[in-house]
Amino acid sequence: MSEKKTQLLIGGMSCAGCVASVERILQAVPGVDNAAVNFAEHTAGVTGSVGVQALIDAVVAGGYEAAELKGTTDEAAEKEAAEFAYYRSLLKKALVAGVVAAPLMGMMLFDVMPVLEGGGRAFWAMVAVASLFVMVYSGGRFFTGAWKAFKAHNANMDTLIALGTGTAWLFSFLILIWPTLVPPEARHLYFEAAVMIIALINLGAALEMRARGKTSEAIKRLIGLQVKTARVVRDGNETDVPIEQVGLNETLRVRPGEKIAVDGIIIEGRSNVDESMISGEPMPLEKNIGDEVVGGTLNKSGSFLFSATRIGKDTALARIIEMVRQAQNSKPAIGRMVDKIAGVFVPVVLLIAVITFLIWFNVGPEPKMAYVLLTTMTVLIIACPCALGLATPISIMVGVGKAAEYGVLIRNGEALQRAGQVTTVVLDKTGTVTEGRPAVTNLIPSTDWSEKKLLVIAASIEAGSEHPLAEAIVAAANERGLSLSPAEGFEAIAGHGVRARVDGQSVLFGNRKLMDDYSIELNDLPDAAARLAAKGETPMFLAVDGTAAGIVAVADPIKADSKAAIARLYKIGINVVMLSGDNKATAAAVAKQVGIDEVIAEVLPADKSARVAALQAKGEVVGMVGDGINDAPALARADVGFAIGTGTDVAIESADVTLMRGSLHGVADAIAISKATVRNIKQNLFAAFIYNSLGIPIAAGILFPLFGILLNPIVAGGAMAMSSLTVVSNANRLRLFKPEGAQQ
Amino acid sequence: MITLIVNLLAIVLAGFIIWWFWMSRPHLRLASGNAVIEVIIENGVYTPAHIEVPQGTPVRLSFERRDPSPCAEKVLFDGLDIALDLPLGEKTALVVGPLVPGEYRFSCQMQMYRGSLVVC
Repeated sequence: MSEKKTQLLIGGMSCAGCVASVERILQAVPGVDNAAVNFAEHTAGVTGSVGVQALIDAVVAGGYEAAELKGTTDEAAEKEAAEFAYYRSLLKKALVAGVVAAPLMGMMLFDVMPVLEGGGRAFWAMVAVASLFVMVYSGGRFFTGAWKAFKAHNANMDTLIALGTGTAWLFSFLILIWPTLVPPEARHLYFEAAVMIIALINLGAALEMRARGKTSEAIKRLIGLQVKTARVVRDGNETDVPIEQVGLNETLRVRPGEKIAVDGIIIEGRSNVDESMISGEPMPLEKNIGDEVVGGTLNKSGSFLFSATRIGKDTALARIIEMVRQAQNSKPAIGRMVDKIAGVFVPVVLLIAVITFLIWFNVGPEPKMAYVLLTTMTVLIIACPCALGLATPISIMVGVGKAAEYGVLIRNGEALQRAGQVTTVVLDKTGTVTEGRPAVTNLIPSTDWSEKKLLVIAASIEAGSEHPLAEAIVAAANERGLSLSPAEGFEAIAGHGVRARVDGQSVLFGNRKLMDDYSIELNDLPDAAARLAAKGETPMFLAVDGTAAGIVAVADPIKADSKAAIARLYKIGINVVMLSGDNKATAAAVAKQVGIDEVIAEVLPADKSARVAALQAKGEVVGMVGDGINDAPALARADVGFAIGTGTDVAIESADVTLMRGSLHGVADAIAISKATVRNIKQNLFAAFIYNSLGIPIAAGILFPLFGILLNPIVAGGAMAMSSLTVVSNANRLRLFKPEGAQQ
Repeated sequence: MITLIVNLLAIVLAGFIIWWFWMSRPHLRLASGNAVIEVIIENGVYTPAHIEVPQGTPVRLSFERRDPSPCAEKVLFDGLDIALDLPLGEKTALVVGPLVPGEYRFSCQMQMYRGSLVVC
């Protein structure tokens, strides 16, 4: 057995002293190399070549309790094999029941069933034995399940199937051994019905299982991205080790064509990395020293070394898997309501069966017992709480998975449902509509000034500032290889700009207002500034010793696909508003370029959440799109918060939806997928409700007085098996859904 | 006479259904503060299905799934917003709490497998 790390959950530890005791117990197990107990988490990490059960047994023998704590790297293949084995066993059970039922059904159809006399009784006795065998072999699990549920004061599908088929078989058996119990016209036997129902239900369950497997394909694909081994560099040697053994800050080698094992930062070499599988970003990204790489993504061209910064459950991929899994398991409000109904459904059906019995027994026509049995049994068989219970979760499962395929991570079912109800999308400008990386776009020096001189002084005064625009100016100076001078007496004038002394000169750098306050003569610079602002650039004036030196214009480039994504939002009838802290002219120019009609400019970061609230007060369902850090309050305030990520920023706390691709197309995709999913849930619920609310009364014989129609219990069994399958198949249709105008 | 008896029996049965599934309190399996509570999922039920735990300590549960039906593949604690995937043939651990006294229901996705955790 190979060396491996096992995580155990330890019970029964009451004090820190137990830690040493449990560690001793574990270390005494042959094959254990190391055991460390964490008292706070009540867990133990054990390394060594030893099976989990041996460890658990040792801990239990020592007076404590233990269970294995599983990580996120579940063996998908193992699960698939187990599912397939179960599918095969269901098919086999259906086949065995079908082989017994089919000839009987044929005889019944051709009306050649022997009568219950003489040799006919012997035939029926054989049928009774054969059907009993089927009941035990193919339907045994329904009976055990029903009994166990009953003991726990619970009733489920098994209860209905076991009662329905059990009553049919028992009644038939009683008639067989004691025919005079009922009048001759009531002496119908239902052995074949019981067997056929069991065949159909097993077949339905098998088909449902196959269909269900497809609903979780998205998560299977994500799990499949996880790498099993990594090439670590230890003491100068490169060795392949299982992924679980990669430590934090270890150096790993990635060769061309290989998948990156864990998250990290490149420390040597460069390459192009395809991150499409995680972020949905179609183009490979160039990666250099200092750039982040994400586990599970594909290294295309170069070979490089990187230092592991996140391993195990902390990697972006593991967190994405966990988040998708959690979201797939969560339920929106619509599902919770249905759960309440599903929870009491079976006992209510049992009561309806009793009432059906009473009605037919007291006011039904002769042969009473035959009618009583037929209707009661059919009511039990036709009712299908599973279709009802399955309607919501199965669609959520597919919907959340579909969104993940488009690089959209949805936190839970509630967010998925709400995203489709959004009427107004509020976009933060910087980093959302634009790249969020401002750069110097224009230098307009006054007479007697050069571009170089203008930039040197502007960069010198801004070198101490942390403002993003300041960073852009300093970066521009660095790119040109200009050397800066120290700024003295630096003073930030809020909302206006900065003031300082550079090389003994008094320097002012900021907006028009700052210049006006100091009565700086700007000559023709304001006209140039207006032209720049109209293009979406932010002009800043520089004045040295009371004289205007020129304009430094900075702009944040608009993302290439923002315009198309915003057009998509308008097309689906959504009102788009852009929020910006920038001046009105610049914000309006950006809005114009991307086609946004409504702009709210000069908004302080702290006021963004109030602006969202104001829109909500007008009755709008607001989806706020911004970065997860600066816009957190606004994201939290909005009905749906969309956080723009950059591939690795998954699970942003304040966001309902994380757009890993960083593209606004994700918002339109999320809304379209949400609408499609909710529509799918409604179709499922409608089908399940209609099925049960029509099926049960018809089974109870409501159509009999008027039309003489009674449902055959076998038809009821078939319908029941089909109802769950219909719901699963309908949910599977969602897999084929493609949001209109989507990029991928 | 037989008609009367049958009617009476059916009414008693209806009353029993109401009492058994809605009114009577299921037997609670008492668990001590530090114990790992082993819940086995087999034949469509959680065993034990109803668990009582003392307040003030974290609840440590271990779900062992022996039931291959896909219905058993998830357990959801609705009030706690917890959903666990349960691989077949394995034990899956869950640590929650300490929880506020009250009843926390857990179930499969379709509400057919049902259980409750009572913190008192």
